[in-house]
Amino acid sequence: MITEEREVLVDVQNLRVEFKVRGRRPFVAVRDVSFQIYKGETFGLVGETGSGKTTIGRAIVRINETAAGVIKFRGQKINGVISKEVDRMVTQKIQMIFQDPMASLNERAKVDYIVSEGLYNTKKYKDEDDRRAKVEKALLEVGLLPEFASRFPHEFSGGQRQRIGVARALIMEPEFIIADEPISSLDVSIRAQVLNLLSALQKDKGLTYMFISHDLSVVRFIADRVAVIHKGQIVELAETEELFKNPLHPYTRALLSAIPTPDPRIEREKRVLVYDPSCHDYSKDKPKWVEIKPGHFVMGNNVELSQYETMID
Amino acid sequence: MSKPILSAKDVVVKFSLRGQILTAIRQASLDLYEGQTMAIVGESGSGKSVFTKTFLGMLDANGWVDSGTIMFEGQDLAKLKTEKEWLKVRGKKIAMIFQDPMTALNPLRTVGMQIREVLEMHQGLRGEDAKNRTIEILGQVGIDNPSMRYGQYPHEFSGGMRQRVVIAIAVACNPRILICDEPTTALDVTIQAQILELIRKLQKELNLTIVYITHDLGVVANVAEHVAVMYAGDIIEYGTAEEIFYDARHPYTWALLSSLPQLGIKGQPLYSISGTPPNLFTEIKGDAFAPRNPRALKIDFVHRPPYFRVSPTHIARTWLLDPRAPKVEPPEAIKAMKAKYARYAT
Ligand SMILES: Nc1ncnc2c1ncn2[C@@H]1O[C@H](COP(=O)(O)OP(=O)(O)O)[C@@H](O)[C@H]1O
Ligand SMILES: Nc1ncnc2c1ncn2[C@@H]1O[C@H](COP(=O)(O)OP(=O)(O)O)[C@@H](O)[C@H]1O
Ligand SMILES: [Mg+2]
Ligand SMILES: [Mg+2]
Repeated sequence: MITEEREVLVDVQNLRVEFKVRGRRPFVAVRDVSFQIYKGETFGLVGETGSGKTTIGRAIVRINETAAGVIKFRGQKINGVISKEVDRMVTQKIQMIFQDPMASLNERAKVDYIVSEGLYNTKKYKDEDDRRAKVEKALLEVGLLPEFASRFPHEFSGGQRQRIGVARALIMEPEFIIADEPISSLDVSIRAQVLNLLSALQKDKGLTYMFISHDLSVVRFIADRVAVIHKGQIVELAETEELFKNPLHPYTRALLSAIPTPDPRIEREKRVLVYDPSCHDYSKDKPKWVEIKPGHFVMGNNVELSQYETMID
Repeated sequence: MSKPILSAKDVVVKFSLRGQILTAIRQASLDLYEGQTMAIVGESGSGKSVFTKTFLGMLDANGWVDSGTIMFEGQDLAKLKTEKEWLKVRGKKIAMIFQDPMTALNPLRTVGMQIREVLEMHQGLRGEDAKNRTIEILGQVGIDNPSMRYGQYPHEFSGGMRQRVVIAIAVACNPRILICDEPTTALDVTIQAQILELIRKLQKELNLTIVYITHDLGVVANVAEHVAVMYAGDIIEYGTAEEIFYDARHPYTWALLSSLPQLGIKGQPLYSISGTPPNLFTEIKGDAFAPRNPRALKIDFVHRPPYFRVSPTHIARTWLLDPRAPKVEPPEAIKAMKAKYARYAT
């Protein structure tokens, strides 16, 4: 695939996010992270708990402040100080879906209000009839009945609540959706339904996704390209199958070796690799972020990179 | 095959909830054999925890074993009444660990004291002996520098290390059966892989019988020799790991396996199960999975299927195995798994 010709929708360069800690130096949750997301693709972001995945998503939608770096959407800078218009554009065009549908939905509000919230905030409707029609359309699009609008979240199953979360994003007619562990809290049999829904909506509407997950098997199935994040740093990024075939960074290799496969033969023979960060000697030879092969990026110093070169087939 | 170490037969568990009766376990049966590692897999609410808690008398106060027997070392556990009777079994002979290690740990006492206490109570060890044995066990469950860790509190341990401590407490009194209820669900995959390895190691070293509860079929493939599939309070299929993964017979097992992204084809919709599990407050007629099963037969809605035997180690509760049933093809992904296995075998 010739990646250069594709349209970049989201461009993140040298992103840094810090959290203030009382009486101490700020905690760096995301450091020097760079990646681009192409229009129409599903970009997977995988890493363990606390690695900074949600923080990156929240920085893009402007919930988290950025300490350094640039985030661009359709070529326009959207982090830091921006105009009211650009802010409004971000609020509309970029939507986020969260992991726990129950916690992310206001329990005391009816579905009608929950789904309309973005519309209310941006006044993006003509009148009450228009708003109601939009809610109805969004509910239908995610496979829910329009009459559900008058019910409360607790009356729904986990899968249905996640659909409400998706409807609430869709109603804004976004171009880019950040799905933060959207199926992690769902039951196995319901997960497939929600994954299928997200894929169908992407096809229909030409949506671009950033799919955040700690579950590599799901990411492998859904994502076109995958970035692996470890302790706030992206260590490797490649097209999905390339990453699974040729993992280079020792962290990626350890992560891949740990995912259980639903096949007893494979599981019994597999060897789990353990990642030991002290395997890197960055005292003199500093690591850099390099495109080691078209579309395949990895973090490493000169010694490591020349070793990775020999691993690529 | 030898005699089972524990044999649960036709167990029914009910709960009373706001004046209504919920039937959580509907005549489930299961035999456990010495030294076996068995996984129970099923969606949340299928009854995995409730069923196994009956082996230790750990049901919530509003629940009871309504009928059935649970034979263990010559006595029927379903008939035990008092806490005093249960204390001879729970922890001592049958131990259980849970998803959240903090439920089993006392945040105010050092990890060493918590293991030592168990040794003193159950094994009669005292003083230096108890301490040394505690340190030995900490090392055995993979905790580095155990003599230093002995004096630390649970909050000084990471999630994965805490789960190791809980495992240490559980094995400290040499139980015959260890029930692990989703012990790695909250952990990262790399940590999960290590805990799974530890459980396998302890199983061998201590000849434990292990029941491993999970909703993750990848984990099942990793730990289990035998697999029980639960749906709506019943074990609907049981077999060796090979039989369940490569030759499943129940449509629910088919559906569960086929909906896994690992078995899907990129760019195509995943096989998905429509609807939701049945309401346990109302009586379930026929095969509980029938309303969600596109391949359901008429009889599935009327009569509950008995177990049909597929092999000496494999049974399934589905009318599809009745000699009179029409031939029904499993989903594509299941056929592909089977074909792949056939290639391995040759
Ligand atoms: N609001 C916050 N204040 C302080 N620390 C935070 C905040 N949000 C996240 N963090 C920390 O930043 C790190 C990354 O968190 P997060 O992005 O949520 O990780 P992930 O989504 O990969 O699990 C974690 O160590 C987390 O504790
Ligand atoms: N204390 C209780 N009161 C009422 N219902 C309960 C209670 N405990 C469990 N249940 C019900 O029993 C069923 C089985 O639960 P459980 O064994 O916890 O499922 P699993 O472990 O497979 O997720 C569920 O429908 C659950 O809601
Ligand atoms: Mg997160
Ligand atoms: Mg449970």
